[in-house]
Amino acid sequence: METAIFLIFAALALGSAMVVVTHKSPVYATMSLVLTLFSTAVMFVLLGAPFIGALQVLVYAGAIVVLFLFVLMLLNISKEEHQQEGQTVHRWVALLGAGAFIGLVVPLIYRATQSRNAGALTEEFVSIREFARDLFGRYLLQFEIVGLLLLVAVVAATVVARKPPAAPSGVAGADSPISEVEP
Amino acid sequence: MQFELLATAAKMALMLGIFILGVAPIMLWVERRMSAFMQDRPGPNRLGPLGLVQGVADAVKFMFKEDVTPAGADKPLYLMAPALALIPALSTYVVIPFGPDLTVSGKTVPLIVSTGGAGVLIFLALSSLGVYSLITAGYASNNKFSLLGGIRASAQLISYELALTVAVLAALIPAGSFYLPDVVSYQQKHVWMFIPQAIGFLVFLVAMFAETNRLPFDLPEAESELIAGFHTEYGAMRFATFFMGEYISMTALSMLAVTLYFGGWTLPWVHLTGWLGAIVGLTVLLGKVALFMLFYVWVRWTFPRFRYDQLMRLGWKVLLPLAILNLLLVAIATLAGWFPGVG
Amino acid sequence: MSLPHSVPVSWFLVLAALLFAIGVAGALTRRNGIGIFLSIELMLNAVNVELVGYSRLLGERTGQVMVLFVMAVAAAEAAVGLGLFIAVYRQRRTIDVNRLNLMRW
Repeated sequence: METAIFLIFAALALGSAMVVVTHKSPVYATMSLVLTLFSTAVMFVLLGAPFIGALQVLVYAGAIVVLFLFVLMLLNISKEEHQQEGQTVHRWVALLGAGAFIGLVVPLIYRATQSRNAGALTEEFVSIREFARDLFGRYLLQFEIVGLLLLVAVVAATVVARKPPAAPSGVAGADSPISEVEP
Repeated sequence: MQFELLATAAKMALMLGIFILGVAPIMLWVERRMSAFMQDRPGPNRLGPLGLVQGVADAVKFMFKEDVTPAGADKPLYLMAPALALIPALSTYVVIPFGPDLTVSGKTVPLIVSTGGAGVLIFLALSSLGVYSLITAGYASNNKFSLLGGIRASAQLISYELALTVAVLAALIPAGSFYLPDVVSYQQKHVWMFIPQAIGFLVFLVAMFAETNRLPFDLPEAESELIAGFHTEYGAMRFATFFMGEYISMTALSMLAVTLYFGGWTLPWVHLTGWLGAIVGLTVLLGKVALFMLFYVWVRWTFPRFRYDQLMRLGWKVLLPLAILNLLLVAIATLAGWFPGVG
Repeated sequence: MSLPHSVPVSWFLVLAALLFAIGVAGALTRRNGIGIFLSIELMLNAVNVELVGYSRLLGERTGQVMVLFVMAVAAAEAAVGLGLFIAVYRQRRTIDVNRLNLMRW
C-alpha cells in the first residue's frame, strides 16, 4: 500500500520535474513545479515528517510559487520570447552532465544505504512537539539567524524592485501591468 | 488495516456527502431568501414551497447554458481553474472532528478522517492552494479585467492568510497540539476559546471573510469594479463551479472557526458517547456551522465594500499586528499559568 | 498512525538524486530567467528530500530542522531574485539570459 503511494507520487514528481525544465511557457513550468512540490510533500509524509510536508505545501507551494506567478504575470512574459530554448550544444552538454551525475551518484547512494534498515517510525520521531524542542532548543541560534535573513531579504527585495524615485519617462512601457501596481 | 480503510472511507463519504450535496443548494436558497428578507422583499417564492426548488431550477439552467470559451484563452489553464477552485476546498474537511470516539466491534474509531498529528497545518496548506484558481483564471482568460481581478484577489488572499495563520496558532497554544480533537477536548474541559482569545477570534473572523472573497472583501469579483473580476470569462457550469467552490471554502473555514473557537462538536454540559453521541456531535457541529453561514450572509448585505488599498492596509497594518499581539498575550498568559489546565 | 516501513529509504534518496539531476539540466539549459529560477527551486527541493531521507535513516531530527532552514533560505532567495528580475525587466524589457549580456567580455 505504501509502496503504491510511493511509486505513484515518485512518478508524478519525476514527470512534472521534466515538464518544469522543458516546457516553453514559463507559466506551465511554474504550475508543474507546484505539482512537483506537492508530490515531494507526500514523500516527506512517507518519510515520517508530516510537519515538513504540510509546511512544504503551505510555504513553498502556497506562497513562494505564487510569488513566481505574480512576477510572471506582472511582467507579462509571453511564450514568444524563447522559441529556441538554448542551442543544441548546450542542451547536449547539460544532458551529459546530468547523465554523468546520475550514473555516478545514484549507484553510490543506493549501494551505501540499501542495506540499512530505517527502523520503525516511533510516535516520538514524528511528533511536532519534539521537532519544536529541537528547533527552539538545540538550533535556536540558527533559527534566529534565519529570521534575520528573511528580514534582510524582504528589505532588499523591496528596495531593489521599487520604481526608481525620479523615473525618466518611457523606460517602463505603458503596456505592462507593472506600471499600475507600484506602491 | 482493512477495518481502518473501511472506516476512513465511510467517514469520507459522510463528510463529502454533506459538503457536495448539502452546502451549495442550501446556501443558495438561504442566501437569496435571507438577503431578500433583509431588503424587505419576498425573494424566490414561486418554485416549490418557500421557493425551495429554486436551486434545482438554477442547476438545470446552468447545465443548459451555452458554454463559451473566449478566443485566445489559454485552453488547459482556462479549463483547469474551476477545478483548482473546488478540489482544495473539498479536501480540507479531513481534519475536522465531528464527534466523540466510537467503539465499533471492539476497535476505537476516532470521528475524524485524518488522524495525523499535523491537523490544522494540513487545513491551512490545502486552503492556501486555493490561490492558484484565482491566478490561473485571471491569467488564462486573455482579458485585462480578469488579469487585474485575479492578481488583486490572490494578493488579498495571501495577505490575509498570514493573519489567519497567526490567529490559528494562538488558538492552538492552550491545547498544545495541532491535532484538532485535542483542541476540542480542551474546550470541552475548560472554556470555549473565543472568550479568552477574543482578539484572535476577531482577527480570524475578518480574515475568514477576506479568504473567501466575501463582502466586505469581494472587490475582486465586484460587478461595479471589474465586471466580474477573475471569473468574467467563465459562463454556465464553470461559473457554477467557482460559486460552489466559494461556498465550500466558506463552510470549511466556518468549520475550522467552530472547532477552534466554539468547542467544535461539543455542547457545554453534555457528555454523550457511542452512536448517540456521534449523531448529536455531528448535528451540533453542523448547527454551529449553519449559524456561521447565516452570519456570512448577514454581513454581506450589511456592509459596503472595501476599496482595494483599504483592504490591503487593513490586512497588513491592522490585522497582522493584532494577530501577533494576540499571540504574544496568549503566550504570556500560558507561561503565567492563567490558562486553566495548561502546564 | 501506523506506518509500516515497507519502502526502503534508499529509494527516496535515489528519487532525490534524480530530481536534482533534472534540476541541474534545467538550470543549464533554459534561456528564460524564470525558468532557471524554477530549476534552482527544483534542486533545492531535491536536497530537502535527501535531507529528510537521511534524517529518517539515521533516526535524527536534525535533517528535518535543516529542511526548515533550507525552505526559509529558498523563500528569501526567491524574493530577492524576483525583485532583481523586475528591476532588470524594467531596464532591458527582457529576461532572456542570452540577451542580458552587458557585462560580457
